[in-house]
Amino acid sequence: MRIPLSVAAFVAGATVLALAGCTQAADTAPTAESSDGAFTLYSGRDEALVQPLIDQFEEQSGISVDVRYGNTAELGALLLEEGDATPAQVFLAQDAGALGALSNADLFATLPAATTDAVPAGFTSTDDTWVGVTGRARVIAYDSEVLQAADVPASVDAFTDPAWAGKFGIAPTNASFQAFVTAYRVLNGEAAADQWVEAVAANDPVIFDNNRAILAAVNDGVIEAGLINHYYWFAQAAETGAENMRAQLSYPEAGDAGSIVNVTGAGLLSGAATDADALKFIDYLVSADAQQYFVDETFEYPLISGIEAPAGLPALESLVNPELDLADLDTLEDTQTLLGKHGLI
Amino acid sequence: MTALIIPPVTADAPVPPRAPARYRFGAPLWLLVLAALCAATAAIPLVYLVVRTTEAGLTELFDTLVRPRVLQLTVNTVLLAVAVTLSTLVLGTIGAWILTRIRLPFQRTLLLVSALPLAVPSYLAAYGWLVWFPHLHGFGASWFVMTMVCTPYVTLPVAAALRGASADLESVARTLGRGPLRAFVAATWPQIRPAAIAGALLVCLYSLSDFGLVSMLRFQTLTWGINAAYGASFDRNQAALLALVLVVLALVVVAGERRSRRQVGSIPGRSTMPARAPGKAGVVYVAVLLAAPLAGVVVPVVGLLSRLLEAETLRAIDVPRLLEAIGATLGLALAAAVVSVLVALPIAALAARYRGRLVAVIEAVGFLGHALPGIVVGLSLVFFALAAVPMFYQTSVVLVFAYVVLFMPRAIGSVRSGIAAVPASLSDVSRMLGLSPFQTWLRVTARLALPGIAIGALLVAISAMKELPATLLLRPTGVSTLATELWSRTALFEFGAAAPYAAALVLVAMVPAVLLSGIRGTAKEN
Repeated sequence: MRIPLSVAAFVAGATVLALAGCTQAADTAPTAESSDGAFTLYSGRDEALVQPLIDQFEEQSGISVDVRYGNTAELGALLLEEGDATPAQVFLAQDAGALGALSNADLFATLPAATTDAVPAGFTSTDDTWVGVTGRARVIAYDSEVLQAADVPASVDAFTDPAWAGKFGIAPTNASFQAFVTAYRVLNGEAAADQWVEAVAANDPVIFDNNRAILAAVNDGVIEAGLINHYYWFAQAAETGAENMRAQLSYPEAGDAGSIVNVTGAGLLSGAATDADALKFIDYLVSADAQQYFVDETFEYPLISGIEAPAGLPALESLVNPELDLADLDTLEDTQTLLGKHGLI
Repeated sequence: MTALIIPPVTADAPVPPRAPARYRFGAPLWLLVLAALCAATAAIPLVYLVVRTTEAGLTELFDTLVRPRVLQLTVNTVLLAVAVTLSTLVLGTIGAWILTRIRLPFQRTLLLVSALPLAVPSYLAAYGWLVWFPHLHGFGASWFVMTMVCTPYVTLPVAAALRGASADLESVARTLGRGPLRAFVAATWPQIRPAAIAGALLVCLYSLSDFGLVSMLRFQTLTWGINAAYGASFDRNQAALLALVLVVLALVVVAGERRSRRQVGSIPGRSTMPARAPGKAGVVYVAVLLAAPLAGVVVPVVGLLSRLLEAETLRAIDVPRLLEAIGATLGLALAAAVVSVLVALPIAALAARYRGRLVAVIEAVGFLGHALPGIVVGLSLVFFALAAVPMFYQTSVVLVFAYVVLFMPRAIGSVRSGIAAVPASLSDVSRMLGLSPFQTWLRVTARLALPGIAIGALLVAISAMKELPATLLLRPTGVSTLATELWSRTALFEFGAAAPYAAALVLVAMVPAVLLSGIRGTAKEN
């Protein structure tokens, strides 16, 4: 057997170098007591959307931000696993459920009232452990080659009609769908919700595991309609051009559970309760600058007053639902029990 | 590479009467301890899962287990794993037979091409198919695409085994009037069976653990359930429970493989079956060979390219960033390959030479990581690293370690068959000539088993390059691999921006795939 020693030595050397090279990025322990000009952010929102905003923050504040990107659910699970040992100071999440789970596990510090007061109740936490940053409306995406805008139901109740059997898509394991079902329970009562879920489950819904896949299916003509968040349509339109979008959006009438607004938000990890840099960043997220950035770049609802919603969206005020705590995991569990009962999850 | 010798060929060495009894009982204690320690690395996720599951309490455990949905997920998972394993076994064995027994033009190229599906991550393959056929979903689609992507795991080792296999018996069987197929099954199949089954084992464990493909093609398996438990309920206990179901399935599979491996004593005899001219069936042969590369590589890649043309984010490529990701991917994959092989060696050496219940348990544990989805292994190492080695948390040390847990099984199989093919008598001779056991191992066994070891390393490297969920969780903050860069762009529909990373990932992963077909190909020249 002849693999020269020099090759073996090279492989060994390269391995050591590769290990050493990557190791230097090791984190320092989170000892920040006040301001050290840097902090670590776990971002469950996508790099392309968030990084320009962070660059802007770094430039304005002189604070440097180490960002770890991932998806919200995985970073949430990661933070739960890390507990107090986390190197992160701030968690930016794509949905309220993840923030609620961390808040329930006592991983968040209470935010100053000055920070949380900027956002109206219904779009933020009830106990100031996290703050809402942007809103996303639940919408019906429909295939514009098959349906006219007028044919699209104004209420999600229509999807129990046999005429829709096998033609509509839902993502029952997805956090935003479950938030919508929770809203249905709160708005219409448990009995009605039970009936709706049962009827929908029996109406041959096409099951996906996320909003993006539903939108792609509507765009390809696989299904005629699907329940998603409005923001995905704008994200895809930015890539393929709005004029090439076969899928179009329809907003269920105000008051229908199908029209609720999900929020994205940010929380301060409890180990960083006194970290001035981290807090400054959270304040920045609910500042006029950042909110305007989200309106312009991600087409989401701003949550502070004085900033206009993206053109074409129904007014946020018409969708407010103060009875609903999107981060309430006890009620989330009831929703999952309901979905489980009818075999959707 | 021409210097490499393929393991089965060494079986042509003079065989003393006692050679077939290669297994021995009573492994030396040091080897047992070493192998047990190495296998313990793969048991870390298991410990974590048990901790999490017991946290849930017995009643919750039971309630979750008896939910009809869990049963449905388990049935779906088993169906997919069994179907994919059987179809890759058939397609891979036929492909290997064509590659070694039929004189086709461009034989080397065909061999290389049949290794290429290894370079395409399953999620990319599924995505590429959806571009052409958006209606694809469910069991049939998942089965088909996964079969196409996994077939090389069977084709390559079986082709290598066929080249080394003695054809004497098959010729005799033909002479005695058996038809070609029956002669092959009776005389040659037993010789290539261990290689075929080892490949099938990898396929089976992989199809148990894959998430990217089934989520794209909407087939709800246990990994789908695990991801949903993390994603919508933030319920780590339930996720852990579902993962334990996967562990049980994996143990059944590994135990089944061990039972059916049945070591065959090497059959002396030098003749190999002469390759024959394809005749009129040539087109059919080539079509069968090209099925997997076409469906696993060409269709998805062309699909991705067509999406590119519609993309408006086809902006200037950020070259330094791309190079950085390529560098990180290569460095991590290389480290993962080297460490995995080192950790797999004692386990493989033990399994190749000794029998016994303890040996069986150690080997089975070594295979566990392969059946678990990356997110579970990732979280278990977060748990472990913070408790045991906090200074290495979020460094590439822990990430490489995760790759070892996930992909070491790919090395164990090929290293084991490499070592098993070295006649134990050679070690005895070396000992008699005065070399110490360690020297003997290094100079005789390891050297002769080197091709098997190299194959194991390449398989690990390919898998590590494509790995996503554990990488996202464990990478040093700020370090990106090609897979994570690809993920962060496709998450946003930025097909244009994603394309260079997808292309780079497939190209980089092709390097070990090509090397792999090369190593196995040299058997012929020998």
